[in-house]
Amino acid sequence: MSKRIGMEIALAAAEAVALCKPDVVAAYPITPNTHIPEHLSDIVAEGRIDTDFICVESEHSALSACCGASGAGARAFTATSSQGLLYMAEIVPVVPSMRLPIVMAIGNRAVSGPINIWNDHSDIMSQRDSGWISLFAADGQETIDMMIQAFKIAEHRDVMLPVNVNLDGFQLTHVVEPMMLPDQKEVDRFLPAYKPYAALHPDNIVSMGALGMPDIFNEAAMAKDQALINSKKVILEVWKEWEEQFGRKYEPIGAYRMKGAEVALLTLGSMGDTAEVAVDELRDKGVKAGLLKMKLWRPFPVEELIKAVKGLTSLAVIDRSAPFGGACGPVCAEVKAVLYDQKERPAITNHIIGLGGRDIVVGDFVKIVEQAISAQKKKPKEAYEIYGVRGS
Amino acid sequence: MIEIRWHGRGGQGAVTSVETLALAAIGEGRYAQGFPSFGPERRGAPVAAFNRIDDKKIRVRSGIYHPDVVIVLDASLMGLVNVTDGLKNSGTLIVNTAKSPEEVKKEAGFKGTVATVDASRIAREELGVPITNTTMIGAVVKATSVVKIGSVKEPLKHRFGRLAQRNINAMERAYKELKITK
Amino acid sequence: MEKAKKWPEKWQEVNPGCMVFRPGSTREYHTGTWRSQRPVYDTGKCIKCGVCYIFCPEGCITQDADGYFMADLDYCKGCGICAHECWPGAITMVEEG
Repeated sequence: MSKRIGMEIALAAAEAVALCKPDVVAAYPITPNTHIPEHLSDIVAEGRIDTDFICVESEHSALSACCGASGAGARAFTATSSQGLLYMAEIVPVVPSMRLPIVMAIGNRAVSGPINIWNDHSDIMSQRDSGWISLFAADGQETIDMMIQAFKIAEHRDVMLPVNVNLDGFQLTHVVEPMMLPDQKEVDRFLPAYKPYAALHPDNIVSMGALGMPDIFNEAAMAKDQALINSKKVILEVWKEWEEQFGRKYEPIGAYRMKGAEVALLTLGSMGDTAEVAVDELRDKGVKAGLLKMKLWRPFPVEELIKAVKGLTSLAVIDRSAPFGGACGPVCAEVKAVLYDQKERPAITNHIIGLGGRDIVVGDFVKIVEQAISAQKKKPKEAYEIYGVRGS
Repeated sequence: MIEIRWHGRGGQGAVTSVETLALAAIGEGRYAQGFPSFGPERRGAPVAAFNRIDDKKIRVRSGIYHPDVVIVLDASLMGLVNVTDGLKNSGTLIVNTAKSPEEVKKEAGFKGTVATVDASRIAREELGVPITNTTMIGAVVKATSVVKIGSVKEPLKHRFGRLAQRNINAMERAYKELKITK
Repeated sequence: MEKAKKWPEKWQEVNPGCMVFRPGSTREYHTGTWRSQRPVYDTGKCIKCGVCYIFCPEGCITQDADGYFMADLDYCKGCGICAHECWPGAITMVEEG
């Protein structure tokens, strides 16, 4: 039976990974994800799971070690943040190209500089087109659930792709809160033992990671792209199974008070919870506000987004990562690209908030919704704003 | 919902305090958050840690700017940090000091409830070290009834193992010895 | 043996992860065509030490029944490392053609 626990979310994430009994964990510590592999190393040392914990000398080595382990047929896990993910970057796109179902937790943190250890999404956004499935957790419960779901999605024979589970650094990783932790029996029922499609072994010869010349590269890229796109079907299936077994519902884009909404916020990650409170306040004031909480970032939920914005006149897209000279933030760019071809679409504003750990309070979301409404009458000069900047 | 801010110095265990208090509330089947002032650990530097406790799911994930309760683990911080910053006038200030609550109320210029206890002395006598993070939980529980005193024992046992009883004793003494002025 | 296609015709035929399941497929690629000069062995000078075998980057040198070392010219790229390393001077590089 699931148990109600109070625990730091990073530790709970490690407990969830342990329930999936990984064969290999290789990680290098970097704030704010550190407590995840640290606690996993405790669990391994206590003998609770039969796992090879590889202490590597860098994130590049961490993912390389996972790559080798996964190639040999092991269930492999790693975790990182920020510059750690960037240091890994050489290996990151190789993993989905080799169709290795590695699971990685990312305790999201700003990419320097100025050097900063606090939360935003610039780390994962730098790797958004690498070919990984990307999930975003909004709270501790979703963190636990997504860690377990991630292995099932990744290892599914129709997917065979790595999954990263994003949890906001500090805002989630360092918070103690109540969660339901499934027990081993429940997880064993949900997550079957990993049966690799192929594994490096002298008895079953296979070459992985061979050279792909120009004559094959387009076809290989198409195969990788289609694998990502097709993975959505499995993700939805796995989420349905999860709901049936554990009673908690997961959707690519969750809706909060969207019934009759004319203006909506679109958020990614833990800010969605705070935004819910803002929507309640706005509704109390008579503003027909709603909230879309995106949980699936890659593959991008195109159909779900088109459906979700039906009837809206304004949509305020929140990005937690700056585009630096781009057209708009990464989430907004996708949203605009998807909605461009739609006959009826809301007016879209883009607000870059919460960079490098800058706190976001309920009132900020209220103001943003008000801005989005007024933008209907007077189009803002810029395609995006970095919100809450002193002097602007 | 009740929002609490703890003031201490890096290494004095304010994070353990917020974790213990959150676990006590969660153990009662309620909802709680416990989190540090996000950032690098710095031994000796003034730090803050936070709790939110409620009977329903807590959705707000921002910092706490207008706490209902402020706890000061180390009275030497009073001159360094504006501990009553944002504290609601209807709120409660709880300080580890040998001074009377009336004295502290005057010094802090705070209009709400003030409570004091010499937690350093209790901790020295019960634990042998002047670390007051668990002791002060007793003071908080007495002053605010935010959780039941019995609910704190389980998380302390889990955290401190064979040293738990000493921490429980220290906490219970602070609960008894706390002085309050409205 | 049915000759494998050089490339998959369609993207649907690409193995997951571009994995290659046919062992030894590299042998079908005769790198010997890259060679502009070939090693010629003087068995009179050869002391069967095997230094050429150790240094051959292609791994195409093997020992024959009499214990002499010979390059497999299907794969020898003619780099000349064996001749350079052969301290008794038993290997000479000779122009092809």
